Parts: sequence; structure tokens; C-alpha cells
Amino acid sequence: MNISIKYFGLIAEITQCAHETLIFSESSLNELLAQLYIKYPRLKEKEFQVAQDQELISKETVLTGKELALLPPFAGG
Amino acid sequence: MERYSRHIILSEIGQEGQDKLNLAKVLVVGAGGLGCPVLQYLAGAGIGTIGIIDFDVVSKSNLQRQVLFGTSTLGENKAIAAKQRLEDLNDSIIINAYPEKLTHQNATSLFSEYDIIVDGTDNFETRYLINDASIITKKPLVFGGIYKFEGQISVFNYNNGPSYRCLFPNPPEAGSVPNCSEIGVLGVLPGIIGSMQANEVLKIILALGQNLSGKLLCYNALTLQSSIIKIKKSENEINKVLEKSETFQLQNQPINTCNPMSIFVSIQDIFQEENIQFIDVRETHELPKVNELDITSIPLSELENQVSKLDSDKKKVLFCQAGIRSRSAVLFLQQQNIENCFSLIEGASGINSFISQHKKN
Repeated sequence: MNISIKYFGLIAEITQCAHETLIFSESSLNELLAQLYIKYPRLKEKEFQVAQDQELISKETVLTGKELALLPPFAGG
Repeated sequence: MERYSRHIILSEIGQEGQDKLNLAKVLVVGAGGLGCPVLQYLAGAGIGTIGIIDFDVVSKSNLQRQVLFGTSTLGENKAIAAKQRLEDLNDSIIINAYPEKLTHQNATSLFSEYDIIVDGTDNFETRYLINDASIITKKPLVFGGIYKFEGQISVFNYNNGPSYRCLFPNPPEAGSVPNCSEIGVLGVLPGIIGSMQANEVLKIILALGQNLSGKLLCYNALTLQSSIIKIKKSENEINKVLEKSETFQLQNQPINTCNPMSIFVSIQDIFQEENIQFIDVRETHELPKVNELDITSIPLSELENQVSKLDSDKKKVLFCQAGIRSRSAVLFLQQQNIENCFSLIEGASGINSFISQHKKN
């Protein structure tokens, strides 16, 4: 399936884009992350959470094909 | 009352709503980019008691976005300078300035005196401290965070809702997320995000509309896109904080990290000491320079190869722009078993402000 992913903050700096669509055949977020870590090794060093269809999900969550968002915490104020 | 007439004629607020605002007590932690607009609108709205806690002093690079300050307040403590400005804006409210650092020791007693807490800080250590103290004192927390052109806003601990730890359970590793003084920030961005935080505070007090409890609003100033992400409450994360509540005040380090706070020193504590080697771990092109002290320059990126520049007979005090890289550097040196290394809480501009203030006195 095609999965649309949005990147925020310094995650978007690592991926060099704010949005992309990936072709993905596995099922869980864990498996997608493994794929992303190969494409973007520096992601491994960063803290972030993942939302699917505007809702935070855990690594075991099965992906539905709805839009994902990778959200890092922001320190600045 | 003429001052609040534009609120009172709104049928959703009225005199009754305005009275609620006048009775409310709000504590703003950090009078910086976010804290300034929050404070400005809360004071204007007539929040009856406003607390401001900030240990930092106003520096020139703050004026690009910290709208309560000016050239006349350079070098002054931010909490005190903000109080002076806000008293001119509204002389009918109480403003308490706390020119000190928020710590595990003072947080819970201070929070207990207020109804709502606003997070306008610029580092994760304090953000997690604020979150945990809000959970323990059962206070709603209006959160805002920024990164370059993007912002996040939420309301935590509202009516038993989720907390910051339900979103991000653990603080990121030191140095992995840079802050504004290291990477820059669009000046108007904290104005937008801080105004949204003030709006959430007013909505909570007035019980109007829907606040951001259980939701994280992500805003991008370049695309003007915003997304609202739902956050689920994690009882487990909240219970972990509550279990430690009795010993909370005894902690002098953030929960879930093992970095002892004892690596931190403040310029005012060590300024008079002798036998100190000051080390600037910023890249050599970075400004401002610190001209009043004898400085050894070792950029963090070259620290591993330039360890020999460290003077083993001296107390080594490392600094950078905001204390994040210097902290990473000290942790690295500790791993190499190099002792007597400390990370300065203030950055280069903080050192310069302190020295110029010191000379004046």
C-alpha cells in the first residue's frame, strides 16, 4: 500500500522533506520504522512520536494506510 | 469598568466572566519568547494575580521577539523587568516576580499558590519538572514549544487529562534537540504560539469553547498549516510521577535521567573563584565573544582531539550559547575520566551581561 507521511521540526530536516509517500508492504509501525531507519539513519538518534490519522499510535499498531505524522518534541521557548 | 469593557460587552464573557478572570491566579514559568506575549495578554485581560518566575537577564538578542523588554531593561532580571512593564499596562492586578530558577525544591510550593501554570521555558529539563510538579499539585498546564518556524501547543493535566509524559514519556538525550539560541527562531513565531497559550488560559478560566486538553496543536508559520493530534492518557506515566511525589522535593535531578545536576555551575557562583579555565565549546565563528575573561576555545566537534588543551590543575568551566553543548561536552569528558569539569548554566551572552552588570555595581 501507499503510505503518506508528514515530518515535523528537525525530523523534516533529516528527511529533507515535509511530506512523502512510501510504498509499504508490511503491517506494523515497527516494520515501517525499520524501513525509515535504513532510508534515514540519523532518525535513530532522535526522539519522536508517530500519529496515524491524527492519533498517537504505539510501535505495535497495525497501519491502516491513513496518513502518518512523525512528531519530535520542541525545546524552544 | 472601562478597562475591561470590550470583554464585558461580549455576551460569552460579561461581568461574570470578567470577575472570574479577576479572581484567577496564573503562574508563567519563563519570561522569554513565549512568556512575554502570554504575560502581556493575561495582564491586559485582568488576570487578578500573575506570577512570573525567571532567573535569566535580558540580553540584546532577546529583543527580536521578547516584546516586554527594551534597551532600557538590558541586563535586568526578566521576571522583574516584565513585572515593571506589566504594572504600567495594568495597575489593578497583583504581579509577583520570582527572580530565581524553578527547582524541585521550590516548584510544588509555588505551583500550589496558583490555579493554572503556563510553560514558556526553553529546555526539556524544566519542561519535565513543570509537568511533574503540575501532576503532583493537580494544576492544569498550558504548554507551548517552538522550533525555528514551527510550534506545538497543548493543555495538560486538565480535569485528569493527559500530561506531557503521555505524549513524550522521556526527555530526549541532552544535546539532541537544539534550542532557539543555538539554531535561531523566527521572531514572530513565539508571538503566535504564546498568544495561543494565553487564549487557552482564558478559555480554561472562562469555561469557553474547547481547549486543547488531550490534543496537540502543531503549527507551521511557513505553510500556515496546522494539525491537531489526539493524545491518549497514560495512567502508567502519570502514576510513575505520583509514586515519586513524596520524594519530589529531594530530587536535584530530572526524573529518568542519570546526569547529576552537580555538573552545573552559575557564573555568579564562580566569578570570584581563582584557578578556573573557561572553555568555549562553540564553533569559532559564533558570537558574541567573551572578551572580559581568558578563554580557551575548543569547539565541541573537536573536543575529542583537543583534550590536551585542558588544564588538569584547574577547575574547568565549559560554556556555549545556552548550556546544551557545554553539558554534552562535560558528560563526554566525564566518560573519559577527566575530572573537575562543569557546565555553565548561562551562555556566552549571559556571561557578558553578568560581567557588565557586575562592573556597574
